[in-house]
Amino acid sequence: MDLIEAFFKIVIVIGALITGAAVMVFLERKISAYIQNRIGPNRVGPRGWLQPIVDVVKLVMKEDIVPKSANRFIHDLAPILSISIALCTFAVIPFGNTIELFGRTVKLMIADVNIGMLYILALTSVGVYGITLAGWSSNSKYSLLGGLRSSAQLISYELSMGLSIIGVIMVAGTLRLDQVVVHQTRYLWGWLPAWNIFLQPVGFITFMVASFAETNRLPFDLPEAEPELVGGYHTEYSGMKFGLFFLSEYANMITSSALITTLFLGGWSIPFAENLALSPLTMSLLQVGSFVVKVFVVLMFYIVVRWTIPRFRYDQLMNLGWKVMLPLAIANILLTGGLLLALN
Amino acid sequence: MGTNGKVIRKSDLGFWEKIYIPEILRGMRLTISQMFKPKFTIQYPEQKFTPPASFRGRPVLVEENGVERCVACGLCSRVCPALAIEVQASETELDKERYPIKFEINMLRCIFCGFCEEVCPEEAIVMSKEYELVFSSQQEAIFGKDKLLMSTEKLKDRLEFLRNHR
Repeated sequence: MDLIEAFFKIVIVIGALITGAAVMVFLERKISAYIQNRIGPNRVGPRGWLQPIVDVVKLVMKEDIVPKSANRFIHDLAPILSISIALCTFAVIPFGNTIELFGRTVKLMIADVNIGMLYILALTSVGVYGITLAGWSSNSKYSLLGGLRSSAQLISYELSMGLSIIGVIMVAGTLRLDQVVVHQTRYLWGWLPAWNIFLQPVGFITFMVASFAETNRLPFDLPEAEPELVGGYHTEYSGMKFGLFFLSEYANMITSSALITTLFLGGWSIPFAENLALSPLTMSLLQVGSFVVKVFVVLMFYIVVRWTIPRFRYDQLMNLGWKVMLPLAIANILLTGGLLLALN
Repeated sequence: MGTNGKVIRKSDLGFWEKIYIPEILRGMRLTISQMFKPKFTIQYPEQKFTPPASFRGRPVLVEENGVERCVACGLCSRVCPALAIEVQASETELDKERYPIKFEINMLRCIFCGFCEEVCPEEAIVMSKEYELVFSSQQEAIFGKDKLLMSTEKLKDRLEFLRNHR
């Protein structure tokens, strides 16, 4: 019975993630068009809403070209690695509280791991392999440079990401993501929801910046900087293998916004909703809805930032990572520790 | 913007500018406000761009009272940097005495520079507003007199523009 439950949750979450990624691709194109005073895709379906489907069909039908001197096995493996890790990360994120269905109490997260945060940090580190291997196996200088840059960038920003999570762990006193969310349902001074964004503002900023870097989004999209590297690590990829990289980038975006929501924006919690006296089922559904809305808002932020800020230069990127973000994250830990000691 | 050519060095930035975040938010306010501005897109096949008088479309021969103004002096074909124009002159009973018996522009060679229009002493070849040029063979791209002639009414805008700006 537990297996069936887990299976259904996996199917729903993966379906939602892939659909979400496809919708994000469309929204990104549409919003970027609006920001640049254009209309954007509007030919396929009503107002262009069927564009993602057509895109995927096009990618599937395209020829899969492998360069002559590429390492065929690793060349095939890299996109699979990328997408599977992007999807796996979502397993420990609680997208709702518990829900009563068919007489069972279902916890709305796929895997209730007691070290959820470590799991996420570990998987994002493995995620580098997809990109690095893609760059290396293509046997092209642009791909190799893209792969190199991305590994350097991810390793540099992983440190500040991990350290900014430590602040949250210290406040919540647990590594379980669902407990972190429950911890954020309290109130400060009776009116301010105790979201970690208010308790850990510096940690929020460092985590946000690090997650931008981890997802290779502008202003940190050096691994695929078009003017310098053609397409970066996926220069030599075509057809659906390229599509998988593309999809995993957007799936990563969704996962990291879900993580930001869970860690800093109160996860599925709705402030002051417990005063409304709703039935448990409505409450659970509303909480899932609130989670989705929060993730969506963070995703919109991602998109608007991409079309606002120019790309960093490589040395600026490293300076920011090592000389600004890392000290900030460490200072944040010291400050949090000091405050916790003083208050208790 | 508004620095009067003064170079901004990093040390000239204030504290709030150096920590990026308020500036990033300002930038985002700008991009978001752009989202609600009117759009410039023209839905091309259904909706067509109407060029202004200064537009340099495909070159045409001006037709006045049923005959071309051209006196076949050959200056246009001489000045054409892409060697797209071929003119063959012949005699006529009309006042102008000469006329082109053959006038061909190879539209695959034409670069729409407008030199022919500039050099023409009779204002006989001008750039029109037409920009949709489609051929299915190289032969088809060579426009003869039949395709090049265009009446003065259709070219009113351009002729007026040339008179005002030369």
